Amino acid sequence: MPQQTLRQKLEILADAAKYDASCASSGTAKKNSLGGKGVGSTEGMGICHAYAPDGRCISLLKILLTNHCIFDCHYCINRKSSNVARARFTPQEVVDLTLSFYRRNYIEGLFLSSGIVKSANHTMEQLVEVARILREEHDFRGYIHLKTIPEADAEIIHEAGLYADRVSINVELPTDTGLTRLAPDKNARQIEGAMGRTKERILTAKDERKRFRHAPRFAPAGQSTQMIVGADDANDAAIIGKASRLYDNFGLRRVYYSAFSPIPDASAVLPLKRPPLLREHRLYQSDWLMRFYGFAPQEVADAAGADGNLPLDIDPKLAWALKFRESFPVDVNRAPRELLLRVPGLGTKAVARILASRRHRRLRLDDVARLTASLAKVRPFICTVDWRPTFLTDRADLRGLLTPKSEQLELF
Amino acid sequence: MTAMQHVSLGAHYAVHLPAPDDFAVWRDRARGLVQCDVPPDRVSWVEPGGTGDLFAAEGPSRSEKRLPVPPADAPPVRASKRFLELARHAALHSDPARFGLLYRVLWRLQRNPGLMEDKADPEVRRIEELAKSVRRDAHKMHAFVRFREVEEEDGTPHFVAWFEPDHHIVRAEAAFFMRRFANMRWSILTPRGSIHWDGETMREGPPARRSDAPGGDPVEDLWRSYYASIFNPARLKVGAMLSEMPKKYWKNLPEAALIPQLIAGAQAREARMVASGSLDMGERPSTLEGVGTAIHACRNCPIGELDNRAVMGEGPLGAPLMIVGEQPGDQEDRTGRPFVGPAGQLLDDYLSRAGIDRSAAYVTNAVKHFKFVWKGKHRLHQSPGAKEIDTCRWWLEAERTIVKPRLVLALGASAARGLLGKTVSITRVRGSPTALDDGTELWVTAHPSYLLRLEGEAREEQARLFAADLAAVRERLAELAG
Ligand code: SF4
Repeated sequence: MPQQTLRQKLEILADAAKYDASCASSGTAKKNSLGGKGVGSTEGMGICHAYAPDGRCISLLKILLTNHCIFDCHYCINRKSSNVARARFTPQEVVDLTLSFYRRNYIEGLFLSSGIVKSANHTMEQLVEVARILREEHDFRGYIHLKTIPEADAEIIHEAGLYADRVSINVELPTDTGLTRLAPDKNARQIEGAMGRTKERILTAKDERKRFRHAPRFAPAGQSTQMIVGADDANDAAIIGKASRLYDNFGLRRVYYSAFSPIPDASAVLPLKRPPLLREHRLYQSDWLMRFYGFAPQEVADAAGADGNLPLDIDPKLAWALKFRESFPVDVNRAPRELLLRVPGLGTKAVARILASRRHRRLRLDDVARLTASLAKVRPFICTVDWRPTFLTDRADLRGLLTPKSEQLELF
Repeated sequence: MTAMQHVSLGAHYAVHLPAPDDFAVWRDRARGLVQCDVPPDRVSWVEPGGTGDLFAAEGPSRSEKRLPVPPADAPPVRASKRFLELARHAALHSDPARFGLLYRVLWRLQRNPGLMEDKADPEVRRIEELAKSVRRDAHKMHAFVRFREVEEEDGTPHFVAWFEPDHHIVRAEAAFFMRRFANMRWSILTPRGSIHWDGETMREGPPARRSDAPGGDPVEDLWRSYYASIFNPARLKVGAMLSEMPKKYWKNLPEAALIPQLIAGAQAREARMVASGSLDMGERPSTLEGVGTAIHACRNCPIGELDNRAVMGEGPLGAPLMIVGEQPGDQEDRTGRPFVGPAGQLLDDYLSRAGIDRSAAYVTNAVKHFKFVWKGKHRLHQSPGAKEIDTCRWWLEAERTIVKPRLVLALGASAARGLLGKTVSITRVRGSPTALDDGTELWVTAHPSYLLRLEGEAREEQARLFAADLAAVRERLAELAG
């Protein structure tokens, strides 16, 4: 095979990484390069340095070390039996790319993952080696996210967490049967075992930091995971249930949902056309409802239709409100925070503004209009000094009134 | 407005700020004016180069001199933390009215200390908006500054960027870049002033022009390759991109030049992705007849292109046992029926000896078409590849869903792969069941043609194992029927 140029490898190995949904570079320990030898800083908030035409943020150099793989997962473009072009970086090449992109302020750091070559341990060692060179030889203080391989030895995964800001382990599919069917080389117990160990280590490291200022940090930005949506027939309720169990059991920072996307050279076991991207969006919204709005997983599942899927035409909070109309209207001058958070169209910020303002005045509809993004959406569900919906919440066509008009084409 | 009346009633003051982002001076002057009880409508705030308003025209030195001096015992001026925090940001906004607005709110805060919490107050809202757009601008600067490397005379690399902020944020954001690139030499040039860091000290410079900055950097090519490759054409969402990366920034982002062509090419690229790979087979047939018709038309893998015909499974609907072989052979292909050749006859033999009624079972193959190479006039059997088996699994699963057997017997490694999606070692899995995803039991044994290829003791040994496997299956079937 003719020698590939660095650019060709980059094209292949970035292309292979584009199906991964996670990208965040936030929530890690603050650090900067003052007093050091290298470059880099992290200040809590990640920075999106560019946006791709698919609307996703580019904050990290997201690549695979190699897309050769000894596994044969059917949803994965890199699986052994796929015919894609293959390439492989040396750890040093990844280090050089990361630094030259970072120095030009293109990125916040590196998100490195890999196909499995030779063995899980060998691959994991290579990933760790990249992080080690960056941190130890170049004193790199930017963000590093390493994807860990659950089949690798716990000790190597542990080392990854000492260099990385975040580690992640993909659960891949929402149900065990889906996993057995589509990722026959993977094992749900093994994945969850690795997650559990990582959680323990994060907690231990936090605890040690409290006692000893110089105790090593372990993945200060925590761990995350990704689930592929639409490759098997798990419905939204099942996915939401799985996500909430993962949050509870493993203290995950984030669960990412990645709509299964048509991949070149797909296995025929994946009959499905791509699921609507909107479905992925609705799942993120339901995730927010649980994390920031005090919804229980069961309540989100209640917002789903008879098939267990969230409606695509309206957001899950509105879907919930339409189903539980007896909870409305909410009096914005009296209701506690929890109830205000249930009002469709009121975000956490708007609720905070309402709570602060009503210590000073009794809110009228005009005031609410200034505090929220869209009064029209909120109005049917609230009352103010000068407004009470006239049984609007009972109107059978309420859904029609609030459903956004069919989406405009995205002209360019 | 009432401003004209006030001029006749009392003095009007113009405060000239030394720099458009000098919050400290504004704060100092505002404090003094509040202590002297000067109402907001009698002060105008003028930034360098700005005209302020009507009264600023009187000339800077005169009006500045006339600023009143607060009495020594004047009460202290108070402002909430929240105000200070917002005001610091809002003061950097390019709106010429910002300092007046801040002064008005500071003035009102003396009478109503809780004012900042009244989010519905229009002036409070306005300050929040100003602060927000300044923070956004700063954030975009953190994100969209693109350094280009140039070499200094002494050979050290120097990184230079050109950026066009909306507001007066350059000095305020210098510290961010210093913390991040502490050990690099860099400069950020903007139309509102420039900043330079040499690894030790920060210097400020005059406004710059775009042509003062370098025009390119070889690494940009790599960066553009990355940008083009990481984007998934199957998920075009131009609106989402534009709301975060408005077009006004594009001209200074090397990668943005690619956007139009990426968008234009996306549909074609997605179509190619789908065509080259994920086979769009539509709905899977729900009857055996449907599957039978479909496999004849199927060309999902190269085997279908050979000179052969598809061979469908055979047996009753609801058969408790499903037997899966590898693929049709020469005779199966000619007759269109599974397991009629030599291997089929051997299988029949063993089945009847084990007490299994073949006619009650559903018999089929993992791969529906005969894979062969021509050898003279003969078609020579060739084993299907993993990928071909995986591709054909679509049909095998259709049959399994329709027939719904309680137990599946896979003959050989190919058949096992067709059911499990992975390659297993027969020696390791034979003799006990493996659960399929829906809980159905899968038993795996050797393929009868394997026995045909052996001789002597080896054959006897394998024959015994094969018979034992079949006996175990028969027993298990009886239990399941139980
Ligand atoms: S062997 Fe199977 S997948 Fe290949 S063409 Fe025939 S029916 Fe289709």
